[in-house]
Parts: sequence; structure tokens; C-alpha cells
Amino acid sequence: MKTLTMKAFVTSAVLALGTGGAATAAECIAPANPGGGWDFTCRQIGKIMFDIGAVDKPIQVTNMAGAGGGLAYNHVVNERGDDADLIVAASSATSTRLAQNAYAGMTADKVRFVGAIGADPGVIVVAANSPFKSLGDLVDAIKADPGSVAFAGGSAVGGFDHLKPLMILQRAGFTDITKVKYIGVDGGADAITQTVGGFTQAMTGDMSEIVGFLKAGEIRALAVLTDERVPGFEQIPTAKEQGFDVVAVNWRGLYVPKGVSDDTFNMWADRLQKVADSDEWKAAMAANGLAPFTKVGGDFQSYVDGLVAEVNQLSKDIGVIQ
Amino acid sequence: MDILANLSLGFSIALSPYTLMLAVIGCFLGTIIGALPGLGPSNGVAILIPLTFTMGLDATSALVLMTSVYYGAMYGGRISSILLNIPGDEPALMTTLDGYPMAKKGRAGDALVLSGVASFVGAFLATIGLMLLAPMLARVAYLFGPAEYFALYLLAFCTLGGMASNNQAKSAIASCLGLGIAMIGVDNNSGLPRLTGGNLHLMDGIDFLVAIVGLFAIAEVFFFIESHGKGSAIGVKLDKVTIPWKDIMATKWTMLRASLVGFIAGILPGAGASLGSFLAYMSEKSIAGKDGGFGTGAPKGIAAPEAGNNAAAGGALVPMLTLGVPGSGTTAVLLALLMTLNITPGPTLFTDRPEVVWGLIASLLIANVVLLLMNVPMVKIFVRVLQVPAWVLLPGVTMISFVGIYSLSGSYFDLILMVGFGALGYVLRKLDIPTVPVILGILLGGHMEDALRRAMVLSDGDGAFLFSSPIAIGLWIAAILGFVAPMFLRGLLRKPQRVTD
Repeated sequence: MKTLTMKAFVTSAVLALGTGGAATAAECIAPANPGGGWDFTCRQIGKIMFDIGAVDKPIQVTNMAGAGGGLAYNHVVNERGDDADLIVAASSATSTRLAQNAYAGMTADKVRFVGAIGADPGVIVVAANSPFKSLGDLVDAIKADPGSVAFAGGSAVGGFDHLKPLMILQRAGFTDITKVKYIGVDGGADAITQTVGGFTQAMTGDMSEIVGFLKAGEIRALAVLTDERVPGFEQIPTAKEQGFDVVAVNWRGLYVPKGVSDDTFNMWADRLQKVADSDEWKAAMAANGLAPFTKVGGDFQSYVDGLVAEVNQLSKDIGVIQ
Repeated sequence: MDILANLSLGFSIALSPYTLMLAVIGCFLGTIIGALPGLGPSNGVAILIPLTFTMGLDATSALVLMTSVYYGAMYGGRISSILLNIPGDEPALMTTLDGYPMAKKGRAGDALVLSGVASFVGAFLATIGLMLLAPMLARVAYLFGPAEYFALYLLAFCTLGGMASNNQAKSAIASCLGLGIAMIGVDNNSGLPRLTGGNLHLMDGIDFLVAIVGLFAIAEVFFFIESHGKGSAIGVKLDKVTIPWKDIMATKWTMLRASLVGFIAGILPGAGASLGSFLAYMSEKSIAGKDGGFGTGAPKGIAAPEAGNNAAAGGALVPMLTLGVPGSGTTAVLLALLMTLNITPGPTLFTDRPEVVWGLIASLLIANVVLLLMNVPMVKIFVRVLQVPAWVLLPGVTMISFVGIYSLSGSYFDLILMVGFGALGYVLRKLDIPTVPVILGILLGGHMEDALRRAMVLSDGDGAFLFSSPIAIGLWIAAILGFVAPMFLRGLLRKPQRVTD
């Protein structure tokens, strides 16, 4: 027990020193515990920015978990509103929650979205023995009888995985989307298990979640929700080429506080572009199942604004928000 | 031979010097934790979990360390049972029945070695069983939909509730309390916050680690303060330790039978190690009959519960790994660890993360050998630990808890919450309400609710869907029996009274 106590002591002392010494370097807040997607964004982007010389000091990563990113968002808006040395990891989950007013009244315009440099493509899959051979088959079945197809996905009801099939159905002219059955389970693997087991008829998720099952031959991917077919998965057709113009990817990017100058905003956008162009980032993307998806600066801000508006409308339609 | 190939993969991971070192450390800490009265495997593992994060261990290493602690604690629990007549943990309760009388007769060393060997046999056979059976059980998971899962969680609540207390009503109250706490946070099915009082810190719900450390460790400190720190002293002298070959040979069939009984008890979700040792002891007692001398220091009375509870510890890992449903209180804590490490135990764990599963199995085998070596020749060292005064020990435990929880979330709010849970644990124990069902409620309540609501979505709100498959119906029957049976069998299965001098 004494050795344990000592270890705890030493560790906390080291932690305290670490935080104190790096006060002048830029900081990246990962609004989740170590190990998740946001943590990955901060650590990889921070490391590569330093390695390629885009910043002259290593970027300090702070984990601020809570309220699905809401705690960090509130912290940035209320206490760090003009901090030029601060970047925060974000993803589709951030914009979805903002659109659904899940950050305690905070809106998307309280920060500036600086860029995304990689994305996990959305997919719709069915069990290998499913009668549905194409996205069209699935959509027709739902149009004929909305109760006949249930989707399983890794996010909660109203989350991004839930919205993907709804976007497709809306484009197909099906408006009664509250009738579409969806269950949110604990992650993509669980959603696939439910689908292969026959409890649900289709699974909605991200490309990285289905790779293992795809190789095992347990599932068939009906569509990938990108502009072009994904390199390495050329056999999977896009929803677009099947006549459903939906692009839904889980992008990985950053936001900065609202109060920073345009110069600072452009400086971070520029640094992010450099990371996107680097070989290190390409290797990191390949290792983590991400597809290239680069949008920085004002271009990205307008993409996020459009996304927030669309998700907000869709969420109202399905009754997740008033 | 898939199993051999997988096992060699496992050993290639577990035999790295670093993981091996973690296994040895885990075994050592676990044995001490098990030996310390009041600190059982579940609170031991709970206290040490934050340490794995502070040390920045990866998933496999963290799992190796924690399961070594788990197995170690199952071994260690017998030490204080035999020497002090105080069970070091709950499953070691049965070992007091014959262990202490044997020690009183001056054979404390024999009792410790015999029980150590029995622990080894039980744990070893259970690990083999885990290796052979778990992949088979993993295939079953495609048969489990929302209705089946709901019934399974219900079964866990019913059986564990039945074992954790002599009073069903109190178990039920504790379970409901846990379920209530599990409801705090954003509702998965509507996205609306529940019971958060607008506090952003509560949006993600209450972290089960905070609850576990609070309910077990902090509550323990409150009890210590109340008793003004009475020290522990060893009542039995331990002189020299020899290996009692005669007793070991005489109990070999007892060990095998007890291992089987324990393993099966361990696999049943919720039953766990206490039930394993209890059933093993009771079945051996009835086989031996009146002339067996059970209760007066019979070697079989020591071998049976120890083999039983260690086998149950291995068995409990089967449903935890393949279904994500813990088979005992400690595996519930291990489940929490896995989920925090972003590993979803379940049917796909064996295919998704073979390195985690087989590394774990290999390290269990290694830990078992290490524990046998540690517990037989080196048993005297652990006896010394019992002489550390509690007023040194408990403040250390408290400090580790605070540093650990703070390093986990970096939030003072969780510290306040932890102390709150400590106070809750104190009150509950004063009222003789078991805390294990509370933990179970917090851990599984959300899942149980989700399963129910998914079932309702799929069936358009038709309640009959919950009984729509043979598996679901079977689980419902088992759950109802598990809850009701102890009420009628209480007269027969009364927890045995402690031996008084």
C-alpha cells in the first residue's frame, strides 16, 4: 500500500509540473476522456503541427470531458472567448448537438469553426443474407411499409447515425420520417450484431466500424455516403450514384473562440492546411480508417452553418427538439 | 487447432517482461487486498482502477493488471479467514468454517497451504474452461436481441439481489436506488436531460467508478472513524510452513467437484463467487455426511470452498467477456474498466480484439502459477500485512481514492460526489442494505432500460415482444425463480453462523 501511495504522489507531482511548464504554448482542448475521437484529433494534429514546424512549441492537450462536449464548449465561450492560443477538437457530433440545442442554450455562432481535415464516411449496411441488394430496395421497402425496416446505429436517437437514413429517405421523397424505426445501441459493432442476428434489418454507421465484419463476410454494404467511392472500398457504391444525393461524413476538425482576430483565424486555418498536406497525417488517417476530407477557413465555416441548419430542421421533423 | 494458435498469440503478449511484471505486481497487491478484512476483490479492483489511468496503461496491460488483482484477491481472502476468523472478502466466508478451527488446532500453516493449492486447482480449471467455452458462448450472442437482453439483465438483478442479503426487500430497495441513479443524465432515446437539475456535470450521468469508490472505500473509512480505529491482531500463531501432501491427496476429488460447481455458479450472471464457494461447501458436506467432521477443521471443508470460489471467479469472466454481462460484483467493476478503455465486451470482443482476450487468458494462467508460488512458500509475508495497524492503512486508502478519482476526470465535482456516495454507503450499511445491488443498478440500469425501450421501438410498444423467444422465456423463468426461491429456501440455506470459541 505504501508503494502505491508513493506512486500516486509522484504521478500527481509530475502532472502538476507538466501543466505549469507549458503555460505559454498553444493548447488543444479534447472535450472527452483520453482515447476517443476528439482526443485523437488533438493529439495527432497537435503533434504533426509541431513536427512539421507549423508551430514552434509542442501543443498542450487538455482533456475536458463532460456533457458530450458541452462542458468544454461552455468553458471556451464563457472564459476563453478571445484566447488566440486555443484550439478545440470537434466533429459531426459537435455540430449535431449544437443544432439540437444540447449544449445548454449555446449556439453554433458562439465559436468559429476553423477546419476539418479527415472524415469517417457514413455507410448503410445489411446482413449478408438480407433480401435488400441495393439502397433502392431498402428505400422502396420503407416507402411501402415504414414499420417493416428497423435501423440500428451506434448513436443515440437523434444522433448522427439516426439522421443518415432519414436524410436519404427525405431525398427520396418520403416525408413521414417519424415512422422510421431506429434503435441506438452501444457502438457500431453492437448495431451490426443486432442486424446480423435479424433483430433489425439495417445498420447505419461509419466506415471504420464495419471493416472487420465486411472482411468476415457477415454483412453487405448498400451505400457509402460520400461524393466519390472510398479508396480501398471501391466495391461499395455511393448513395449519390444510386440516385440519393446525400453526403454524410463524420468529419474531424477544430474550432477556435469567437473573439479571435481574422488574422488568428486564418493562421490556424493555414496551419491546419499544412497538416492536411503532410505525409504524417495521411499515415495517421490510413491507420484510423479516415478518408480525406479537407475544408478549412471560411469554406468550412459555411459548411458547418449549412449542416447545423439541415440537422436542426431534420431534428424538428422527427421531434427530437421543438 | 484454433485454440492453440490463439493461446500462443496470448502468450506472446502476456509473456513480455512488462506485462509479466504487471501480473506479478497485480498478484501481490491482490493477495494483500484479499487478505485485508473489509477490502474485498471488488473494492480492491475499484480502488486500483484509477491507477491504471494514471500510469497510462494500454487496454491489454490494464486488463492484465486488474485480473491479476482479481485472482490474487480470491486467493488472499482465505488468509484472514483462517488466521483471524474474519473473512477477508465475501466469498471467503465459507473458508472460516473449517479453516479457523484447523488453525486453532495448531495447523494454521497446513490450512494455508492446503487452501492455496485448492485455490490453484479451482482457478486453473476455470481458466481452462473459460478458454474452451467462451468462444462457443460468443456465438450465442447473435441470438440475443433487445427482449433477451432485457430478460438477462433482469436475471442478474434477481439472482444477485437474492444472494447479497438475507432480506429480499432490502436487496430490491438497493437495486431500485441503483436504477434511479442510473437514470441521471441525457436520455439515450429522446436526447433530453433527466434528473440533472440543469447541472452540466451530470449530463453524462454519474460515473460508476465514482460511485464504486465512494460506496466501498470511503464508506469503509467512515466506519473506521466510528469505531475509533480498533486495530487488528492475529489470534493464531504461525510457526513453520510445510506442505501437507496427505491432505492434498485426500482432497483431490473434492477439489475437482468443487471446481466444477464453482465454475457453473460463476457463469450464471449475478451468482458469482460467494454462491460458488457456498454451493461447493454445501455439496461436499452432504457427500461426506455426518462423519465428515465438517465445521471442526476438516481438510475437505477448506479445499471445497476455496476451489469453488476461485473457479467461480474464472467462470464469472465468461459472461463478462462474451456478453458484456458481469457474473459477479468484481466482474461488474472489471466491466466498468473495459468500458472506460473503449472496449465493448460482447460477442464481437473475441473477433475484434483477440489480442485483448487471449492475452488476458494467457496472463490468467501465468497469474495462477505466480499466485501458487506466492501463496505457498511465501505465505508468511502476507501474514505480516495483517499486522499493519488500520490507522496507517485506511488513510492511505483514502488518499489513493481521492487522487485516483481526480486524475480520472479532473473535476472537483466528482470528489464531492464520491464523498456523497461514501455517506450513502455508510447509511446503507447501517441499515443493513447491501451495496452490491446499488452498484449493479448503476452499472446495468441504463442498459436494462435501453434494452426495454429498444424492444418497445421494434415491437411498436407490444409488451408480448419481451416473451417472444424461447431464450427470453427461459431467462424470465430463471429470473423469477432466482428472486423467489431464496424466500422459501431461507430456512434451509441460512448463511452459516460464525464459529465461536
